[in-house]
Amino acid sequence: MTDNIVEIDNLSFGYKGRLLHKGINMVFPRGKIVAIMGGSGSGKTTILRLIGGQLKPVKGEVRVGDQVVHEQSRNELQLLRRKMGMLFQQGALFTDLSVYENVAFPIREHTDLPESMIRDLVMMKLNAVGLRGARDLMATELSGGMARRVALARAVALDPEIIMYDEPFAGLDPISMGVVCNLIRNLNDALGATSLVVTHDVKEAFAFVDYVYFIADGVVAAEGTPAELRESTLPFVHQFVHGEVDGPVPFHYAAPDYRQDMLGERND
Amino acid sequence: MDRTKIDLWVGIFAAISVAALLGLAMKVGNLTTTNIGDTYTVTAAFQNIGGLKPRSPVKSAGVVVGRVDSIQFDGATYEALVTLKLDKRYQFPTDTFANIYTAGLLGEQYIGLEPGGEEEFLKENDRIMQTQDAVVLEKMISQFLYSKATESND
Amino acid sequence: MTKRTGAKLTAVLQSIGHRLIDQFWRLGSASRLFAYTLLSSGESLRRPFLVIREIYFTGVLSLIIILVSAFFVGMVLALQGYNTLQKYGSSEAIGVLVALSLVRELGPVVTALLFAGRAGTAITAEIGLMKATEQLAAMEMMAVSPIARVVAPRFWGGVISMPLLAGLFSMVGILGGYLVAVPLIGVDGGAFWSQMQDAVDFREDIVNGFIKSCVFGVACTMIALFEGYDAPPTAEGVSRATTRTVVNSSLAVLGLDFVMTSFMIS
Repeated sequence: MTDNIVEIDNLSFGYKGRLLHKGINMVFPRGKIVAIMGGSGSGKTTILRLIGGQLKPVKGEVRVGDQVVHEQSRNELQLLRRKMGMLFQQGALFTDLSVYENVAFPIREHTDLPESMIRDLVMMKLNAVGLRGARDLMATELSGGMARRVALARAVALDPEIIMYDEPFAGLDPISMGVVCNLIRNLNDALGATSLVVTHDVKEAFAFVDYVYFIADGVVAAEGTPAELRESTLPFVHQFVHGEVDGPVPFHYAAPDYRQDMLGERND
Repeated sequence: MDRTKIDLWVGIFAAISVAALLGLAMKVGNLTTTNIGDTYTVTAAFQNIGGLKPRSPVKSAGVVVGRVDSIQFDGATYEALVTLKLDKRYQFPTDTFANIYTAGLLGEQYIGLEPGGEEEFLKENDRIMQTQDAVVLEKMISQFLYSKATESND
Repeated sequence: MTKRTGAKLTAVLQSIGHRLIDQFWRLGSASRLFAYTLLSSGESLRRPFLVIREIYFTGVLSLIIILVSAFFVGMVLALQGYNTLQKYGSSEAIGVLVALSLVRELGPVVTALLFAGRAGTAITAEIGLMKATEQLAAMEMMAVSPIARVVAPRFWGGVISMPLLAGLFSMVGILGGYLVAVPLIGVDGGAFWSQMQDAVDFREDIVNGFIKSCVFGVACTMIALFEGYDAPPTAEGVSRATTRTVVNSSLAVLGLDFVMTSFMIS
């Protein structure tokens, strides 16, 4: 029995009359790692925000468990969010706190545990990401990769059922990238959670995710396992997966004919 | 920035601010005068109060013994009705004089009380019967000119 | 009028109208943030350390600039005042001049302007950067209200600090004036204080000045918080927001000062 922990049903979303998403359908089964991919500006990160309830859809529904996210009251939404952990692109650590305090933050805010228990929990989470020794450093003293890992420890501090990653590989060196890949897989299996990874890093993602959704022009252009997509003959998928310069996503920004443009100026 | 240091500095900040505000209230303002003591009310009628204002001081022998509470116009007698609040510690006889003086040459105006000789004292809501109006500069000048004129006519 | 100037004129009027509507819209957003801040203040009461920390950052760290400025302002008032008063033989009234100027106007207003420049811009920059680095969004996703946790404590910290700073400003200014008037110029010390006490009324001058500084505290802190919260999450956005904080706070303070003074004088 694989029930779906998150379901997106015919979702439409946009700003000021311009629709970003035009009828998106996705399901995320429990225990799986699913990647959401697409070009820049295709609305991948926005989907995470819609799941988290930070944005309201124009049409359609986002369901977490059995609850429709945007119909929840403020308090119900807070309860729902406690089941989720999110890793932001730049880490988004609180700059005035130390590593320890950052990871302890959600625990302190949502539980009444005594200091000794909090300490144990924080140590465990930091150990899982390999940064137990860095616990007294200030958030501003960390390198990019380390900050990302601490943010990950913070995201899983309350053992969430859904972990969302917003471009976790962006700007990392190869070693850190390998570390993050590993962590996403291990944490997901250890917690029995579902992970949603928004990324455009094909090589890294295809190595460890279970399922992929491709978003283009506001709809799901393609979906499948990494193996299926590598074989796909759909032009857009092919261009994306193999990193081709020109294809459905054109190289040239819309411009008049080259010859006309160059000669036209001389005649003026 | 650890907690104890922040607490210490905020405590110091709060302490000196309160000290400054207290200093302002007492040294700079006039909070230490007897506004806050127990008072009793008397009234006095004047034909001209000049520049007397509510909260003007009421003095006797130069010492502040009370404040002017309110000033109203009596439509029947066409006089100014002044309500005074006097400190309960000081009792004045019923034939006390209430005069309006000016502090200095061009200073603010106040009520001066000169005690009479009666044995009974003013009680709550009593009326001071003997009053003298404020000296209005213009009247004084015109009086002076008039008397000068009559002098030269003799 | 030719068609061209007609078109240009319309364009100018349109842009003015557009900007005006924009300002009203921003005023509405700021009022909404103000309401939310007040409603979310429960957290600040339950965890006073959050507020104390903000009192430190807005109040204690502004002490140096406030006290030094107050000292100089008081001294200049005494110098200028003496210069004019002694022409009328009233140099003993210098205490009155210094005290009334400071307590009624300069204390609350100059403190508010300095506060907006120092603490206000710090608040705007801090919140703007927190927004730009997605710290506020992260808090939201962790089911912690950023308004309760970040905005409200800073609001109360500023509102508490401002009247305290204004009181300190007035007192130190008067001391500065005293130091110039009595030891330096030679005005009689006793007359300095006694004339001042006669002229300065607690309720009309000191309390009114206190009320003014409280109102300025609310205005300056709220403007700083709103500009930071509303700033576009880029480096340029944040820097423009800090400029707007200073400009809008200064205008608000001077405008409110006029309104309140006219009420208080009547």
